[in-house]
Amino acid sequence: MAQAITHQFEKNRALTVLKDLVSRPSGAIGLSLVMFHLVLAIISPYIAPYDYKLQNSYLMLSAPDAVHWLGADHLGRDVFSRTLMGGREALLVTGIATPLAVIWGGFIGILFGLVGGRLDEVLMRVVDAFLSLPWILKMLVIIVTFGSGTAVLIPTLAFFYGVPVIRIARAATHDVIARDFVWSAKARGHSRISIIWRELLPNVLDALMVEGAMRWSWMLLAFSSLSFLGFGVSPPTPDWGLMISDARGFMSFAPWGVIGPVIALSSLIIGINLTADALAKALGIDRAQKAPV
Amino acid sequence: MIVMLMRRILLGFITVCLVSIIIFSGIEMLPGDACTQYLGEYQADKELLEQCRKDLDLNRPAHERFREWAGGAMTGDLGMAVDGKTKISTIVGDRVKNSLLLAFCAMLVGIPLALILGIITGLWRDRMPDLVISTLAIFAMTIPEFVSATLLILVFSIWLGWLPGIVLTSASAPISEFFPEILLPVIVLSLVMCAHIMRMVRSSVIDVMSSDYVQMATLKGVPYWQMVFRHALPNALLPAINVVALTIAWLLGGVVVIEVVFNYPGLGRLMIDAISDRDLPVVQSIALIVASIYVCVNLAADLLTMLANPKLRTVYTRK
Amino acid sequence: MSSSSFIDIQNLSVGYTSRSQKIIKVLRDVSLTINRGESVGLVGESGSGKSTLALAAMGYFKRGLRALNGSVHFNNINMLGLDHDELQKIRGGNLALIPQNSGQSLTPTMRIGRQIAEALRLHSDLSQTAFDDRIIEILSQVRLPNPAALINRYPHELSGGQQQRVAIAMALAGQPDALLLDEPTTGLDVTTQAHILELLRDLARDRNMAMLYVSHDLGAISRVCDNVVVMYAGEVVLTGSSRQTLLAPKHPYAHGLLTSIPRLKQKELPVALDGRPPMPGEAITGCAFADRCALADDQCRTTSPPLTRLESAESIRCFHHDKIDQLATSSQKVKQRKAARKDTGETTLGLEDLAITYAKSGFLTQFLSNSPPPPATVDNININIEKGETLGLVGESGSGKSTILKTIAGLISPKNGGIILNQDTKLTAKVEDRPSMNLRQIQMIFQNPDDSLNPRHTVAQILAQPLRLYFQLSGKDLHDRSVKLLEQVRLGEHYLSRLPSQLSGGEKQRVAIARAFAAEPEIVLCDEVTSALDVSVQAAVLDLLNVLKKERGTTYIFVSHDLAVVKAISDRVAVLYQGRLCEIGPSDAVYQAPFHPYTDVLLGAVLEPDPDTAPTLSADDVVELSPPAKGCPFQRRCPKKLGEICENQTPPAQTSIQASNQGHVIHCHIPLKELH
Repeated sequence: MAQAITHQFEKNRALTVLKDLVSRPSGAIGLSLVMFHLVLAIISPYIAPYDYKLQNSYLMLSAPDAVHWLGADHLGRDVFSRTLMGGREALLVTGIATPLAVIWGGFIGILFGLVGGRLDEVLMRVVDAFLSLPWILKMLVIIVTFGSGTAVLIPTLAFFYGVPVIRIARAATHDVIARDFVWSAKARGHSRISIIWRELLPNVLDALMVEGAMRWSWMLLAFSSLSFLGFGVSPPTPDWGLMISDARGFMSFAPWGVIGPVIALSSLIIGINLTADALAKALGIDRAQKAPV
Repeated sequence: MIVMLMRRILLGFITVCLVSIIIFSGIEMLPGDACTQYLGEYQADKELLEQCRKDLDLNRPAHERFREWAGGAMTGDLGMAVDGKTKISTIVGDRVKNSLLLAFCAMLVGIPLALILGIITGLWRDRMPDLVISTLAIFAMTIPEFVSATLLILVFSIWLGWLPGIVLTSASAPISEFFPEILLPVIVLSLVMCAHIMRMVRSSVIDVMSSDYVQMATLKGVPYWQMVFRHALPNALLPAINVVALTIAWLLGGVVVIEVVFNYPGLGRLMIDAISDRDLPVVQSIALIVASIYVCVNLAADLLTMLANPKLRTVYTRK
Repeated sequence: MSSSSFIDIQNLSVGYTSRSQKIIKVLRDVSLTINRGESVGLVGESGSGKSTLALAAMGYFKRGLRALNGSVHFNNINMLGLDHDELQKIRGGNLALIPQNSGQSLTPTMRIGRQIAEALRLHSDLSQTAFDDRIIEILSQVRLPNPAALINRYPHELSGGQQQRVAIAMALAGQPDALLLDEPTTGLDVTTQAHILELLRDLARDRNMAMLYVSHDLGAISRVCDNVVVMYAGEVVLTGSSRQTLLAPKHPYAHGLLTSIPRLKQKELPVALDGRPPMPGEAITGCAFADRCALADDQCRTTSPPLTRLESAESIRCFHHDKIDQLATSSQKVKQRKAARKDTGETTLGLEDLAITYAKSGFLTQFLSNSPPPPATVDNININIEKGETLGLVGESGSGKSTILKTIAGLISPKNGGIILNQDTKLTAKVEDRPSMNLRQIQMIFQNPDDSLNPRHTVAQILAQPLRLYFQLSGKDLHDRSVKLLEQVRLGEHYLSRLPSQLSGGEKQRVAIARAFAAEPEIVLCDEVTSALDVSVQAAVLDLLNVLKKERGTTYIFVSHDLAVVKAISDRVAVLYQGRLCEIGPSDAVYQAPFHPYTDVLLGAVLEPDPDTAPTLSADDVVELSPPAKGCPFQRRCPKKLGEICENQTPPAQTSIQASNQGHVIHCHIPLKELH
């Protein structure tokens, strides 16, 4: 039977996937948006035209002009400079928390998927129970009690966003585990660790990578939502969520205050999602099949 | 099938029990208790603290209180708020009603739209309508809700002045008074849920359209649209049930950010208020309600899938 | 254009555009004509484009494929010029398809009755009242039992054979004059396959239908078809009558294909066809088969041979068809004898009272349903396997043959009974508890190499796993040993850096074999190792296994559903039904009378690529889900059933008295001398 697929030789898989990723319009756009934001987050303190803390009461809510490109906020701070720097905290926190979440969730998921049996059943019930509580409730209870510093946010986000990863990793493991090469390794007498590391992990990694990209975008969403609600970054640190929240009150006569942070935040999250989509396609996984838990 | 059904219900029940344990012990594990949290800097006042603890009955061992709380919750008695005077069930009741209203309206718009768009994009895969709708869906899905809400308020409320941008109705008002204030939040919510469901339906339609049985239906001479409606869609929409359920659970679980943006008096805003006020008994109750809704909706979806899928419905299943 | 043929395909090329914007041809200038009432077999290995051609006859191309040039006429209608609505009137009506995998080709959410009714409604103008009767009539025509009850069933509630019959019924609903059959019996059990083929044969004869029968199975084709078309690499290389083609093929490829098929009457291993066919899109200069052909010369490698019509009414694409006799004599010499077994009498593996229960319901299900546990999947297996022998296990699906292998490997725990290695070591049930030494001694090769090789590992990594685990090799030693192993399975060193996705099916299975032999095992468990492969590749793999055994004296347990394959490779054969032993003995003895009734049924259903043999169908092709609680496992299907004794008493083990048939045991109540 003939199939209409090209027979491709994958010498270096990472490179092939990257090439495939960039060759798709969504991948190219997404990846450049993400790279742009990452670079900006690093260099923004050096290129921002004004000090983000500097208040100037003459400028309060002034409209954009040649000097202050995006105008000034209600405290007379330069919105453009604040927008440039508004993603640093979010990227730092989520950038560390995402890999942590994927690693712990992935490890537990693969382990329990492999072990199976009653222990696995119990774990899944606990995971279900955790997922049935809205994220914002879980986050807020922790933040209200322990504060919203980086040292609290990173482990908390990593913990809560790792729970759904368990499910994904477990499902992917179950798919792989039924295949003969795992049986074959078992029959040869390889240790459990060796089977996880050599047989399962390379095959589950694809799913985990895509999952990681998605977790990242949802964490960013969560982070900025928390800031928006006033539970995240504390002023005067600039953050897009907080800036939008602040500028909202003056939207009827100074709508320019929301434009900068809205575009910045949206473009970053869209960038991540486009990349995740293209990555999933390049790896041969269908992302849309998954439920937005 | 009865066995499977019982199994599902039992598992759902176990999950709810686990959730209540997690909630209760989670709150217990926090430093201090409901009263020290509530009183904040006033907790130095021993008398006030003692009074509060007496009101809330906090002096007994944890497992006893859990049994009482869980037992009460089953009969609909959620205990007292931290001020020791208000019954939680009365505060929560109106909010649940309002959240249901919001969710119901969003579902009414979002689900049919999602199904139609998903089918269209799936059938015309990689062609113009698909590319346009799918790109829009990515935007709708990824832009944070508070951003799209803010933009919609800016356009429809401030610039055009068509719709009110904020809900001023009180929590206990009758349903009719929420119109037209409810429209903007409904639009935002249905956009988000529509995008999620649509993408799932699309990929499911694509899967089914490339299946052997659709090819066979075509080769047995079934006209295109008959093939789509009889052979493809019943199979393509089966997996959509679970995604719809998850989005519904998300909607009912209090869409905190949206409710805050529009000042909508739903469960989500109550939750955030309770957390800000450090009213832990109310937080506990909301958590339990939301989790139970989540479990029930998913259970309903499982049952519906079971009914709609002959493979699960018939008992004598071959491998 | 008008032509006399019923189905008339002229110079058809079909292809797709690759991601690099190249046009890849799947079919190259193919012509095919079928007259009314004629049945034509379309033969070729996977990738030869035969299914694409069959679907093209309906004007249908899979997503991405399109006709590049050429014409397709059916009943003088230009199928490539019709729009979708016009095509739909012909498809399923006058021209119907019976698909490859009917399990997946029936819509899972529609009842059987509705699916057939739909076909009827589209292609006939019966009145509503006549409808139900007609559906039942069609279902009984395809010999389905109890059609009235079947109407309300869903496809997944039927067995594979029943699903295939429903698919045939659906095709018949349109009263077709021509049938296209796309591998309609692939994946079915031997007896089911034979029944379906007889049904198709009778239908074609009764209704004078034209048939295009696509298959890789020459045995099936020889039973059903008048004429044969052989395809290779997207081209037609030979057409002729079934008799001419199957008995005296004139094309070297067809010749090679036929010699690579194992046969029941043959004592030797079949002769392998080396090499592999070109992939679609690969540059071909000259004859596509030249690389694998013993007759090829310079002309073959530079000039593409035309399809020439011979006096014998055959058409052939070969410069050297007149020299085909040379091929026949030269290949005679290469024929491999089965490796002679040294009769040591030493038992290397003993299975004692082995019983296995596969399906174990979960705790909750057990608690809620409260049903009694089903009888054991495999029961009462006592076999001693001698050092250096090859034991074949045969049986249809559900016979428990793979389950037994997995139990020996420690992947499934038996309910009771023991596995004794080298007469002294009782192996623990679980693989985790076995000492490394014992694990090394038993290695397993799986059915599907796509599944048994980790897709993310290179061949080097795959071979390194047992070498590191058992011999702690590393560095240069590891490399040298790996190269040596590859050599033994006739692959070059450059394969080390390849991933499984870069190998052909046969190459993958060779790597899997190399991996098993890397452990220097004493016993190799082969689980349907050739059934996922093309015939020509199968012969090569069998040959390889045979050579390795000769060199090392390895013991094989060889599981297969194919009786001819088992005969070709085994010293001793055990026939299993529903997890119980029916018959065991030296392979010559098992394939000769006296037969166990089940062996008799199985052998009768085997189709050989020989137009002069016909199968005998003595038992129904019912699929049983679980073995009976007591008595003989075959009682419900046995054509020679005696009566109550078969239902109540476990059949006795009757030993053959002939000296040449030492160890031939038949489990049956019927006396041996009546089992002929």
